[in-house]
Amino acid sequence: MELLNILFVAPFLDMADSPVFFAEVVITGLLTGIMYSLVALGFVLIFKASGVFNFAQGAMVLFAALTLVGLMERGVPIPFALAGTVLVMIALAMLIERMMLRHLVNQEGIILFMATIGLNFLLEGAGQIAWGSNVKVLDIGIPDQSFEVYGILLNQFDLFAAGTGAVLVTTLAVFFQKTTIGRALRAVADDHQAALSVGIPLKTIWVIVWSVSGIVALVAGIMWGAKSGVQFSLSLIALKALPVLILGGFTSVPGAIIGGLIIGVGEKIAEIYWGPAFGGAIEGWFAYMLALAFLMFRPQGLFGEKIIERV
Amino acid sequence: MFYRETGQFKTNYQKDQQVFPIAQDRVFVALLLIVAFGVVPFVANEYWLQAILIPFLIFSLAAVGLNLLTGYAGQVSLGTGAFMAVGAYATYKITTNIPEINIIIVFLLSGGIAALVGILFGLPSLRIKGFYLAVATLAAQFFILWLFNKVGWFYNDNPSGTITAPPRTLFGIMISGPRATAEVRYFVALIFLVGFTIVAKNIVRGRIGRSWMAIRDMDIAAEIIGIEPLKTKLMAFAVSSFYCGVAGALSVFVWLGSAETEAFDIFLSFQILFMIIIGGLGSIMGSIVGAAFITLVPIFLTNAPALFGLPISTDLSKHIEEIVFGGLIVYLLIVEPHGFARLWQIGKEKLRQWPFPY
Repeated sequence: MELLNILFVAPFLDMADSPVFFAEVVITGLLTGIMYSLVALGFVLIFKASGVFNFAQGAMVLFAALTLVGLMERGVPIPFALAGTVLVMIALAMLIERMMLRHLVNQEGIILFMATIGLNFLLEGAGQIAWGSNVKVLDIGIPDQSFEVYGILLNQFDLFAAGTGAVLVTTLAVFFQKTTIGRALRAVADDHQAALSVGIPLKTIWVIVWSVSGIVALVAGIMWGAKSGVQFSLSLIALKALPVLILGGFTSVPGAIIGGLIIGVGEKIAEIYWGPAFGGAIEGWFAYMLALAFLMFRPQGLFGEKIIERV
Repeated sequence: MFYRETGQFKTNYQKDQQVFPIAQDRVFVALLLIVAFGVVPFVANEYWLQAILIPFLIFSLAAVGLNLLTGYAGQVSLGTGAFMAVGAYATYKITTNIPEINIIIVFLLSGGIAALVGILFGLPSLRIKGFYLAVATLAAQFFILWLFNKVGWFYNDNPSGTITAPPRTLFGIMISGPRATAEVRYFVALIFLVGFTIVAKNIVRGRIGRSWMAIRDMDIAAEIIGIEPLKTKLMAFAVSSFYCGVAGALSVFVWLGSAETEAFDIFLSFQILFMIIIGGLGSIMGSIVGAAFITLVPIFLTNAPALFGLPISTDLSKHIEEIVFGGLIVYLLIVEPHGFARLWQIGKEKLRQWPFPY
């Protein structure tokens, strides 16, 4: 009886008791969710275009953030440091294509997946050797003050992150839908061979898509880095983005956004209202359980392409 | 010249169907076993046994288990570490509460408990496939470790939060706990590995193994020819988790001596997945070779700078180790995506024709 009360009655009473606090929890959740989406976006882009499940996305986030901080520490002004990091990420994409992807064309998904785990180790090691492994503060002048709207406490930084996320997604959507390269990307995602046969250069497309997701990783790295410092644990964010991915579907950009929001809100609400019943620290696995529950009803994720199987 | 089956006639089906149909293979495996049982424990010193050979044997067992699930039944799992943790904690719980039960039986019982947990977390595999399933198995990984950390009952509420191997004897010989000698623990791990490898080999070449492979190759087609996906997939999860559970129990009781949940974190799962991919998916021998490789390389890399007399700080050498390890894995996957098992196969073909390749 006690347990049922804790699980099914008390949390809802708490919510009804202070709607303002509840709204605050939801908004914090939404804003965290956007941060998750930023990481998940990089995964989706690469998976769409090359069918590679890129586990190294987390390491790319770390690598981009480390490079940016490293450049800034050496006295490079922010705009140049940003541009420099973008260049580094593009160079990295070319390197990955040339050294790795090119040789692994037509391999099974799991082989490519393991190769990206190898890449993950490589990037983590290389980034920390090049720029040092101590915790660094990333400050690129985003205001970080709280203010109140209708009694709800909001944080400027979180709003800024949300705005950046929105801009990024819109840009990507336009890029995918309206430009020639975007159309080529979608063609490659649909069918590698058909795309090749109409003259789309596969290797160039891969470089482009890895560069774009490198830049997305940079944005995610800036946001996460400014929030919690640039350090090794940044690469573990990949593990936070995975449930977002399966929830939204591997192949859907909107899915990554909506999935991120659902996970963000669900996680915060669960932690605050149901966490005490479980003894706390349920954030680590709750997202996965939530995603799993969704998957039971839609095995391809919320927005994934319907899987049609034939014999 | 030496590796050729000329003149070895099979006169009945039993001979035709045996595990090693070629006499040279049988001799090779027999020699390997003789060395493993009769030479290694008496030659190797404490460090070699404790730091290299025992972990190698235990990881091999886990890798064989995962290969049954991923290589033969085609279900990618990232929850290996958690299933190993289930085995370890179950063993601890049973043997501390009922010390009378023989420790070997406790190991097997814990394997059974791990199998049950495996079935539970294998249920989603009926609905979801591929990478969706792989990520879904991470739920098992994180949830189980959280549970073992949070609920004191699992580690008998001791304040340190670790589980420690109590001393247990078999036929009057101490096989677990701090006073067991490395040689004895090596033998325990070796016997488990050899026994379970034989069982695994015979599972995969029988009816069950064939139904797993059918499911792996195309589950809808397999269903149409009368293989029940529910039974087959869950059986694969159960058997695989059983192996991982026993390996996890061994890793605490005959290797580490005591452990926290961190010993079974997600990197262990990745490591074991590496072993079977580097070794070769769908190959029992490959799992063992892969385990040897993944266990030995980091140890070699850690000791390499000192070996060549290079003064490198531990921090730097850790990162270099990461780079080399990652690079090596990418390189191996590029050179031979099907792992050492395929290399072995190619080598055997070459050897068969040597020295007259026409």
